[in-house]
Amino acid sequence: MKNSNSRLFSGSGEAISLQNLQKGWGGVRAVDGIDLEIDAGSFTVLLGPSGCGKSTTLRLIAGLDEVDGGRILIGGKDVTDQAASSRNLSMVFQSYALFPHLSVAENIIFGLKVRRVERAECEQRLQMTADLLGLSNFLDRRPSQLSGGQQQRVALGRAIISERPICLMDEPLSNLDAKLRHDMRVELRELQTKLGFTMVYVTHDQIEAISMADKVVLLNQGKIEQAATAQEIYERPASIFSAKFMGTPPMNIMSAAELLHAAPDAPLPPASTEALIGIRPESIRLEEGGVKAKIRNIEYLGADTLIDCRIGDAPCLVRISGDLPPMGDQLSLTWPVEKLHLFNAVSGTRIDTSLEKEWAAETADAK
Amino acid sequence: MKFTRTTAQLNWIYAWLLLSPALIMLFAFTHYPAIVTLVSSFFSTPRGKRPAKFIGFENYQALINDEVFWQVMWNNLLYALATIPISVAIALVMALWVNGKLRGLGFLRMAYFTPTVLPLIAVANIWLFFYTPGFGLIDQIRNGLFGLPDQNLLGQSDTVLWAVMAVAIWKEAGFFMIFYLAALQTIPPSLKEAADIEGASRWTFFWRIIFPLLMPTTLFVSVNAVINAFRLVDHIFVMTGGGPDNASTLLLFYIYEQAFKYWQTGYAATLTVVLLALLSVLAIGQFFFLDRKVHYR
Repeated sequence: MKNSNSRLFSGSGEAISLQNLQKGWGGVRAVDGIDLEIDAGSFTVLLGPSGCGKSTTLRLIAGLDEVDGGRILIGGKDVTDQAASSRNLSMVFQSYALFPHLSVAENIIFGLKVRRVERAECEQRLQMTADLLGLSNFLDRRPSQLSGGQQQRVALGRAIISERPICLMDEPLSNLDAKLRHDMRVELRELQTKLGFTMVYVTHDQIEAISMADKVVLLNQGKIEQAATAQEIYERPASIFSAKFMGTPPMNIMSAAELLHAAPDAPLPPASTEALIGIRPESIRLEEGGVKAKIRNIEYLGADTLIDCRIGDAPCLVRISGDLPPMGDQLSLTWPVEKLHLFNAVSGTRIDTSLEKEWAAETADAK
Repeated sequence: MKFTRTTAQLNWIYAWLLLSPALIMLFAFTHYPAIVTLVSSFFSTPRGKRPAKFIGFENYQALINDEVFWQVMWNNLLYALATIPISVAIALVMALWVNGKLRGLGFLRMAYFTPTVLPLIAVANIWLFFYTPGFGLIDQIRNGLFGLPDQNLLGQSDTVLWAVMAVAIWKEAGFFMIFYLAALQTIPPSLKEAADIEGASRWTFFWRIIFPLLMPTTLFVSVNAVINAFRLVDHIFVMTGGGPDNASTLLLFYIYEQAFKYWQTGYAATLTVVLLALLSVLAIGQFFFLDRKVHYR
């Protein structure tokens, strides 16, 4: 335990290391060999569709479920066989898991009371936590008398008052409305930066991942698809899955052969025609004399307009800013070749083209 | 305007029509007899050609001077004080136990619930065999394993009450367990996980979280237990007949004896009034006293 006269939230994070983590539920491999290094004090988001193993991974880190194989290290120490209580971490649950019969204050200091922290220190830390989260006026209320957002803050308060070096969050914002979710995203990130703990955050919402994470770990069927910054996953997706999952609307994937068949003069890198071509809807421009496409549907979204069209038989989404200029049911499209992504048609993994390597080198130079 | 008023009147009539079957039954078989009982308690017992006559508080006076009555009250008090907390506590422990993850859970739950399904008369007969001196289950264990002499648990005035208490506890605990089990299943597992992460021991988690959340159930179960402690006397008929020397006579059994064995209906009515008053005070008291400590979700 830290010395009692230290200022509140003076802690720093601890690193987490997952080594070949395995977990199955009745024959289904929920977590299938995950290797991951999470830096101390970083904000790491486990992202993926439902059933990809992200929540299971988090529960394994928390010690709420037992691993089938592999090891978990926290701060360099093997905690694989340790109980949740001795791993020195806190957790915010999707349902908040507040104790319904206890007041807000009692909920927040529950952990401190369990660990027999002095009354005066409890009070002081409660005061600071409540101030930080704007809960000072609600301390006597029961959770059922609070709004969803306030309940969320209480859960957050219970997690941060303990000053644990690691905080785990399991889809904490999924029960909030869109506006509140946005505010909480900003707040959570600020809180984590200010307090300096290591955050592992599970979500299926890529916006949350993009807006908060230092590192996004994209999971698919119990395996890591890609672990990188959100920007890198967006700009250089390692697989078709990454390409389609990150970014709304998702990246267009077309076979090169099909594209060339429909538009022989389509701008393509000098690569194998066996490959799959990926192009983001926002990279496509409308320009005379380009690839011909047939409009199927137009969706006006205010700032943007989404055009659902077909190049030959290949479906293609185009995103242009503002309203669509008046035209017939034909479009003429073009795109910069360096914005194309190539994927292996069989394995779905990324193929680095020479052009792209040059571009990557250029941006590296610029930095 | 006129239309709406008639609709309101019609609604009112519908309401009474819908309520009336239940109300008539309640009044005919509960409220009316209760009032008649109260009235009868102020009259003498009619005998042959001599009709009942008003005697004021004479029956109550007789009651106060009746030594058997006080013994019966004392018996029933002991009976309640022992059976209520023990059966509720056992029910809670069993519920916590079968709420966990273990093999053969369905079988275990059923096994605990079985005594509830059996009629009390049948249960009493089973236990009668357990208690039989010489070759009953208990004496067989005492003789066979420990070489102790035979004992007639139902035939001694200092053991008989405890022997019938055991039957009641055995019968009731499984029933109360079902309520606790249902309540436990509504507590989300994430509460346990949150407490685990905070480092709360099982003991702390039980007393700080589970037990308070079970309070509504505890209230309900204990009200039932109190009522049962005065209401269930079937096993007394089968096992002891109130003896020896009234050592196992409970209030309701005593009322039955007075009314239908000795045909002292006036005195029996007086005893019934005491029982009714006692039960009302207990039930109301429990609700008011415990209600403040109960958190309803």
